[in-house]
Amino acid sequence: MSFTIYVPCDSSAISLGADRIASAIIEEAKKRSISIQLIRNGSRGLFWLEPLVEIDTPSGRIAYGPVKRSDITSLFDANFLEGGAHDLFLGLTEELSYLKKQQRLTFARIGKTDPISLEDYIKNDGYKGLSNALNQTQADIVKAVTDSGLRGRGGAAFPTGIKWNTVLNTPSEQKYIICNADEGDSGTFSDRMVMEGDPFVLIEGMTIAGLAVGANQGYIYLRVEYPHAHKALATAIEKAYAAGYLGDDIKASGKAFHLEVRLGAGAYICGEETSLMESLEGKRGLVRFKPPLPAISGLFGKPTVVNNVISLASVPIILDKGGDYYRDFGMGRSRGTLPLQLAGNIKHAGLVELAFGMTLRELLYDFGGGSATGKPIKAVQVGGPLGAYLPESQFDTPLDYEAFAANWTVLGHGGVVAFDETANMAELARYNMEFCAIESCGKCTPCRIGSTRGYEVIDSIIAGQNIGKNIPLLRDLCNTLLNGSLCALGGMTPYPVLSALNHFPKDFGIDNEANVA
Amino acid sequence: MTESSTMQVTVQNITTSLKDKPGALLPILHAIQDTLGFVPDESIPTIAKALNLSRAEVHGVISFYHYFRNTKPGKNTIHLCRAESCQAMGGKHLENHVKSRLGIDFHETTADGQFSLEPVYCLGNCACSPAMQIGTEIYGRVSTESFDTTINEIEASA
Repeated sequence: MSFTIYVPCDSSAISLGADRIASAIIEEAKKRSISIQLIRNGSRGLFWLEPLVEIDTPSGRIAYGPVKRSDITSLFDANFLEGGAHDLFLGLTEELSYLKKQQRLTFARIGKTDPISLEDYIKNDGYKGLSNALNQTQADIVKAVTDSGLRGRGGAAFPTGIKWNTVLNTPSEQKYIICNADEGDSGTFSDRMVMEGDPFVLIEGMTIAGLAVGANQGYIYLRVEYPHAHKALATAIEKAYAAGYLGDDIKASGKAFHLEVRLGAGAYICGEETSLMESLEGKRGLVRFKPPLPAISGLFGKPTVVNNVISLASVPIILDKGGDYYRDFGMGRSRGTLPLQLAGNIKHAGLVELAFGMTLRELLYDFGGGSATGKPIKAVQVGGPLGAYLPESQFDTPLDYEAFAANWTVLGHGGVVAFDETANMAELARYNMEFCAIESCGKCTPCRIGSTRGYEVIDSIIAGQNIGKNIPLLRDLCNTLLNGSLCALGGMTPYPVLSALNHFPKDFGIDNEANVA
Repeated sequence: MTESSTMQVTVQNITTSLKDKPGALLPILHAIQDTLGFVPDESIPTIAKALNLSRAEVHGVISFYHYFRNTKPGKNTIHLCRAESCQAMGGKHLENHVKSRLGIDFHETTADGQFSLEPVYCLGNCACSPAMQIGTEIYGRVSTESFDTTINEIEASA
C-alpha cells in the first residue's frame, strides 16, 4: 500500500521549512520501508499552521500542522499516514472552519492540486473556460466578463469588461495582454499564491483575454522578488505550449496566443500600469500621461489590456460557469469574491477569499482571531502602502469598494495589515512618506520632492518642534501631493499619512483635538 | 584572458543573444546580473551599441531600478523587508540587530565579502512576518535568534 502525502511548495511554507520537512518525510519513510508518494501542493493559505502536511485517507485529506523537522519521527510513530492521533492532528482539512467559511472561486484549486501538473489542472475543472471561449464570438466572451461585474483586483477596481471592450473595438494588427504581477503592496500575497499554487489558471485567463480582444502576445510582468512564482510559471508555460494550450494553433482552433514572463527589477512604481509598460519596453519606469488610455495606445503604442493576476485568474471560472454565477456573489457594485490577505500582527494570518460584504471586524476577529501578541488591535492598514489606516471605530465598514471609498479609505488589492497598540502612528506616517520618496519615479514634483519634505516635517513633529506650525504645513503638503500627482503613488501617499494624523493625533504630540481639524 | 576581458566576452554574448527581443534592455541587464552578480559600468557601451541607445540611456535604466547594482556584491545578499507588515511584527528591532550583527548598513558589504545587506519593500511573505531573503532562499518569522543561527550556519559552511 502506498500513501499520498502533501507538503506545500508555496514560498511562505518554504520560508518556514517546508522543503526540509518534505525531504525528512521521504527519508523517514525510506528508513521504515514505507512506500509513499509526496506531492508538493500549493498552500491552503492557513499560514499559522504552515508547514501544513496533509495525508490522503478514504474519508478525505487529513491535516497536521504546524510541522517542524523534529516532529517527523513522532508523526510516523503515531501512524499519521493513516490519520493517527498526534498533538499536531487537525482533522479533515476541508472541515477546518477558517477554510470552510470561505467562498473560494479564484482559489478553488489552490492547496488541493499539484500546481505544475497539467493533468491535475484539467481533472479539477481546468481549461473548461477556455474550451467554452473557443466556441464563442469575441463579443460574447467580453459580454460574459462584463456581465460578471468583475472589477480590477489590482486596486483600482475598474470594470474589466469595459477595458476589454475598448481593446476589442480598437482596430490594430497587433494587440497585447499584460498581466500585472508586480505585487508590491505590503501585506499582499494573493497574486504570489496564485502563480505558485495554480499557475495554469493565470495562463488560461490570459489566453481567454487574448481570444476576446484579438491579441496574440501576452506578457506577465513579474516582480523579481518572487523567484518561486517565476519557476512555477516558467514550468507551466512550457507544459501549456507542449500540450497545445499556447502557441500558433491553440487546441486546433487556428487561433494563436504566445506568453512570456518578464522580470521587474525592484521598482514599486512599475506596478502602475503605464510605468510597467515603459519598463517592458526597456526604459526607466516613468509614469505616462493618460490619455491615451493603454487600451487604445499601450505597449509599443498598441492597444493593450493590462490586468492584475487575480482579475485574469478569475476569468476562467466566469467563462466556465457564466457571468451570472460570479455576479451572484457580492454586494452593491462589488460583485464576486475578493481574496483578502490577513497579515501583520494577527494571530491567524492567511488568505481569506470571500464574497464582498463581510465587515472588517468579522475578518479581523472571526478569521484573524485578533492580534498575534494578544494586545488590542490599534489600527489596520487596508490596501497596501497607499491605503489608509483604519481605527477601531471604522472596523464595521463592510468590505466593499464603495463603502471603503465613502470613509476615505481604500480596499485596493485586499491586503489587510494589523498593528497592535505598540505601533506608533507618527512613525508609520513618516515611513509612508519615506517609502514614497524611495519609490517615486520622479516625474511629478509634488511626489519627488514633497515626499522628502514630508518625512522631514514629520521628523520635526516627532521631535516636538513647532507642532502648531508643522501640522498645517504637513496637511498643506498632503493636499499638494493629492492634487498634483499623475498616479496613485504621489496621489495616495496622503491617505495613510492623513488617516494616521486624523485618527491618532496623540502619536503626533497633539493633545488638543481642536488642533486636528 | 584577464578578468575584465572575460567579463566583456560574457556581456557581449548575452547582449547578442537577447538584443532582438522586443524591449530587450531589462532581460539583458537581468542576464548580466545573474551571471556576474552585478552590471559592471564597462558593460554599458556594449549594451548601448547593440540596442542603438545612448550610454546615458542605458545608465539611466540601470540606476532607476533598485535591484540592479554596479558593484560586486558579497557572497550572500541579504534582502531584509522594511515594509509595514514586517514593521507590525518587530521588523525595526530585527533591522537594528541585523545591522549590528553584520556591522554594516543597508547597501553595504561586510569587510570579509561574505554578506551584502539590501532593504526590500515586501517579499510577499507578510503572513509570516518579519521576512528576509538570502540569495533565493526565503525566511519567515525571523527572530534575532533565528537570524543569528542562519548567519552562523552560512559562515560555518563558507
